[in-house]
Amino acid sequence: MTAIGKYWRIALGVAVIAALIIVPMNFNRYGLYILSQWAVMTIAAMGLNLTLGYAGQVSLAQGAFVGIGAYAAAIMTTQGMPLIVALGVAIVLCFAIGWILGYPALRVQHHYLAFVTLAFSTLAFLVFRNEDWLTKGIYGISNIPRPNVLGFATNRPLPFYYFCLGSLGIVSLVMWWLIRSPWGRAFVALRENPVRALSLGIDTRRYTLMAFAIGSALGGVAGTLYAPLTQYIDPVPFNLSLSLDLLMMVIVGGSGFFFGPFLGAMIAVLLPEWLRFTQGYYLMLYAVAVMLLLIYSPTGILGILDRYLTERRTKAASALRAVAKSRLETAP
Amino acid sequence: MSNLLDLLVAGLATGAIYALVAVGFTLLWQTSQTINFAQGEFVMLPAFLMLAVMHAGAPFWLAIILGILLSLLLLGLGFKLLLVDPMLRHGVLPLAIATMALAIGMKEAVKQFFSAEASPFPSIVPAGDVWVLGRVVSLQSLGVLALAIAVVIGLTALLNRTSIGHQMQATAQNPTVARIIGVPVERMILLTFLINAFLVALASLLITPIYLAKFSSGEVLGQAAFIAAIVGGFNQVRGAIAGGLLIGVVDNLAAAYVSTQYRAAVPLILLIVIILFRPQGLLGRPEERTV
Amino acid sequence: MRSGIFAGLLLATVSAATALAQGAPIKLADVAELSGGGATVGNNWKNGIDLAIEEINAKGGVLGRKLEVTHADSQSNPGVARAQVQKALDNEPYVLLGPGYSGSVKVTSPLAAEAGITQIMGGEAAELTQGGNKFLFRTSFGQQSSMPKVAKYINDELKAKSVAIVWVNNDFGKGGRDVISKEFAKYNIKVAADLSTEAGQADFAADVSKIKAAAPDAAFIYLNEEESARILKELKRQAVAVPLVGETTLVGQKVVELAGDAANGARGHVGLTTDAPVDLVKAFREKFVKKYNYVPDHNGLKGYLAIYMVKATTEKMGKVDAKKFADTLHGLTIKAASEPGILMDVTFDEKGDIDRQGFLVEIVEGKQVVKQVLPKLN
Repeated sequence: MTAIGKYWRIALGVAVIAALIIVPMNFNRYGLYILSQWAVMTIAAMGLNLTLGYAGQVSLAQGAFVGIGAYAAAIMTTQGMPLIVALGVAIVLCFAIGWILGYPALRVQHHYLAFVTLAFSTLAFLVFRNEDWLTKGIYGISNIPRPNVLGFATNRPLPFYYFCLGSLGIVSLVMWWLIRSPWGRAFVALRENPVRALSLGIDTRRYTLMAFAIGSALGGVAGTLYAPLTQYIDPVPFNLSLSLDLLMMVIVGGSGFFFGPFLGAMIAVLLPEWLRFTQGYYLMLYAVAVMLLLIYSPTGILGILDRYLTERRTKAASALRAVAKSRLETAP
Repeated sequence: MSNLLDLLVAGLATGAIYALVAVGFTLLWQTSQTINFAQGEFVMLPAFLMLAVMHAGAPFWLAIILGILLSLLLLGLGFKLLLVDPMLRHGVLPLAIATMALAIGMKEAVKQFFSAEASPFPSIVPAGDVWVLGRVVSLQSLGVLALAIAVVIGLTALLNRTSIGHQMQATAQNPTVARIIGVPVERMILLTFLINAFLVALASLLITPIYLAKFSSGEVLGQAAFIAAIVGGFNQVRGAIAGGLLIGVVDNLAAAYVSTQYRAAVPLILLIVIILFRPQGLLGRPEERTV
Repeated sequence: MRSGIFAGLLLATVSAATALAQGAPIKLADVAELSGGGATVGNNWKNGIDLAIEEINAKGGVLGRKLEVTHADSQSNPGVARAQVQKALDNEPYVLLGPGYSGSVKVTSPLAAEAGITQIMGGEAAELTQGGNKFLFRTSFGQQSSMPKVAKYINDELKAKSVAIVWVNNDFGKGGRDVISKEFAKYNIKVAADLSTEAGQADFAADVSKIKAAAPDAAFIYLNEEESARILKELKRQAVAVPLVGETTLVGQKVVELAGDAANGARGHVGLTTDAPVDLVKAFREKFVKKYNYVPDHNGLKGYLAIYMVKATTEKMGKVDAKKFADTLHGLTIKAASEPGILMDVTFDEKGDIDRQGFLVEIVEGKQVVKQVLPKLN
């Protein structure tokens, strides 16, 4: 049964990836832009999912890390440096800031990380806005170039979408490897039972910090893609509400599930789009939909699926047991 | 020097507003582990309820009464029954996220059904000024301060002097034990939601004449109250009051003496410093470490 | 996504079919700040547009064809604005309307120019029309034309030697502050205090006490309407007696309504106001209040004018031709006598900037009084 399930899953994965590559080929510019946005937001949400879903820590600053990445990319590429250098800087910067922020907060108690990151989120916005010499302040940075990847220009929407999709693919693979590595297991152990993890000799604080810093660095990665996507950035999109939106994506998709961020970002980016026909009511309906979903399934959309699968499995198992039992009873 | 006094008074007046909003915040946290990210919107809404009643032709006093009753119904009972109750058993986070969605929904609903414009709002305190110690102070600011003080006294008396208060405290400290010794825990939790709804309606009534009624006016307020609650101590009513007043004063002093561009940063840095050195907040009691 | 595109195709086919039948509607696309921080701006703009279209369609449309507009929400976010403008352009509208925030205009105007679609927007930042974009048009004075008038007034009439500047720290406020600071430097006027404030700020005690401490000859206040009202109240409370000078957002009816008698004495330059002593503007205001139940700010006027710009330009061309639209509007003078919807005579220059009458006004006993009419330049 598991073997068949595995094949099915692989087939499904291949089909989805093929669809993501082939279907958008005849999309208009807008459709490609939205899909690229989805890919970028998914990366940011994956980072937060590592912090939240696997290590159990609430970060309210993922949007600020996206901002740091975006500014690193915007500042450096408009100075003529290649995007890959900006990417490196963004990763190192976000990782380091995450580490410094998390260190004191996690000394105390775990919900304090949420408070510290809340403060950091607004502080970062103020720095983006006020330090004109670096960020051009509220006027923002325009004419951000799109990169050349392996000799291919990504100026047109389709190549740039493939660039985003490719980046998402790489990040997904790294993530897949990470959560299966000893580190990833340690993260989950932390979330499930911190006391036990501690008694097993896991340095809980270091691992929690690590999860948060890696998650933040992924926010930076998303930011370095965001800047060339919009080709103009100003401080406003990176305020607290982006962090809250990302948090919502992770929870709605299903935190702690590998594919949760993919779904959550899809809903956050595309659902308002589908509801657009309702005119001014679309954000209201979106809010109601999120609340209803969370009431029905606090573990998000994948939580529903998970519950359904578990139920089927237990049913199947109890059916087997019943058969076995009746055999036992009829045997003599 | 005279300048400093002016700033202190102004800061206290603003801080009193934050304090009122922060008190409800801590109450909900204590009794039902609800982090209400829509608390700012909770203050925004009652003013619009009152305006709606007035638009229907009712006099101001009637609008106030109906507005408060509607707030109790929607923001107290409705909030608890429809959102908190079904989600509470699933932990803090999904509920906190749901309140974020609620905040978006409330803002959008007011914008859509009422107006995207700011509206003036009548004041229950006369608009004049008085001289206190040689300084000009607006009656509105004094009114807010007086009410904040009255709320602290009232709430402290309720919590410490009455049997309902003792039952509420027991519920907040340990619901399981409280249930065993016969405290109607459910009713006590409902009571805190109603108290919160009443407080936000009062806050709304007092500050809307100054802040103006606008769908987005809860954003700044909600965040300030949240910070105030953490700085003061998340688990103490008087902590929230102290935190609110402190944030108000610090904000004003920062704008005057540090930098107007970075004024919003100073309370946040204060927040980080407090978490570093006194994580339970200024007046809070330490909570057990979870790890 | 797919179903959306499918629906779009279906809609396009249907509308193409009706087009053949007889004078199909002229499609306009609006992208505005309908939610988020700029919701007040965007909703005023949208309402102005809807009002003008309703009027024009009731009278038979433009060249016998009705106008039709789709509104999209930029959420006051340049990234979303870009997406929505992209979407609007993919549907090939006749003219693109909006956005109102200068940052959002900056990120979207290259797209419209690339598509060859004219963009009529509400942004006021000086730099927008200085990049040589041939498809971008303003609906109001840019800051590069309004601020010199304010600075001249402060220098010539008030004879101020030092000024305090209070500005809101967003692209609108910062833009105005940067332009006027340069103007003050030209007149050798000293900036005694340079105070940045936050959008949505409620407590201005600290800012006002700083103005008081700086003791300037005049204060220039460049905030949005609500914050203007709050700072006026605080200035009155702290008994600051210096002349208060501003722009449309300091002396509008909305500010008077919100600030009460604290607004008395405030003065400023007004390019576009529903309080202008012009009969057509008064009539517009009455129509707007009747339909929407509130008094619009200048953004309502901008949206309304944008539609009448479309009408006048199209009638001038004598046909609906998106490609020639921008060329026709450059250098065009629209007279209120022949097109009452334009409210006041206006000329568009080669950059897309406007030339129109302006006013210097003062609030006297809760009423806007015009002290001086600044005539149209040519």
